Amino acid sequence: MNSLTTYLFIAAALFVIGVFGLLQRRSLIGMLIAIELMLNGASVNFMAFNRFLAPDPIIGQVYTLFIMGFAAAETIIALSIIIAVFRRIHSINIEQARNLRG
Amino acid sequence: MTPLQNFFDPGILGQAAFAVVVSFTFAGALIAVLPRNILYSVLGLILCLTGVGGIFLYLGSPFIALMELLIYVGAICISIVFAIMLSYPLHLSLPKRKLPKVAGAFSVALLVFGVLITIIFRTPWQPAAVRSTDWSVNTLGAYLLTRYDLAFEVISIVLLVAILGAILISSISGRRSS
Repeated sequence: MNSLTTYLFIAAALFVIGVFGLLQRRSLIGMLIAIELMLNGASVNFMAFNRFLAPDPIIGQVYTLFIMGFAAAETIIALSIIIAVFRRIHSINIEQARNLRG
Repeated sequence: MTPLQNFFDPGILGQAAFAVVVSFTFAGALIAVLPRNILYSVLGLILCLTGVGGIFLYLGSPFIALMELLIYVGAICISIVFAIMLSYPLHLSLPKRKLPKVAGAFSVALLVFGVLITIIFRTPWQPAAVRSTDWSVNTLGAYLLTRYDLAFEVISIVLLVAILGAILISSISGRRSS
């Protein structure tokens, strides 16, 4: 509970679960959820380094807030793209979005 | 010391709460990834993010834990639920999984996990020589507006551009398809 490697292990497991979900899902919303999991793994990593290693215990918190803001922006953009894609092909299965295929 | 007093010992209680928080995180992450119904995935994501907020509490930052609950659980998950309502007809049959794709994803994830674990356990982590121990929200706010104000401004601009871009993308696609 009070060692750096515990938190790094938790963060790595979260990131890897996110990678698995990102590769295995076929609906765009499922992939978005997996990306959120990966971003959370990165946040836990930053906070763990902040807590145990950093000389200045503010910078990790600033980074985590930064990641949260970017996650919010990314979610907004991704959701509008999902709605646009759904209007065009009437599905959010990414294997049916093949307009750019040669 | 009786066993009951032993149970209410703050150290043991803290460890039990830590175990609960970590199990929330992992159970939520697995629920977010595995089921085929997308609504269960969002509920799992909410559980997982609540657990991550608890981990941030253990890492000494109640402010970040509250922000996690507020931004992720409160805003992002709700907007994902809105996207599901606007796009995904739940009564249609869900697509079947292809086994090679799942197996490939699992092996890639296992490979990444192995690499990360190797890096974590083989690096000698050295704490900084001089470490200040000021974790308070006051210091965070002061730094956010003085030394790290670039991050603050960049987040503001990115959010503004993202909102404008979202409105633009959805309105253009609506005009073209209707």
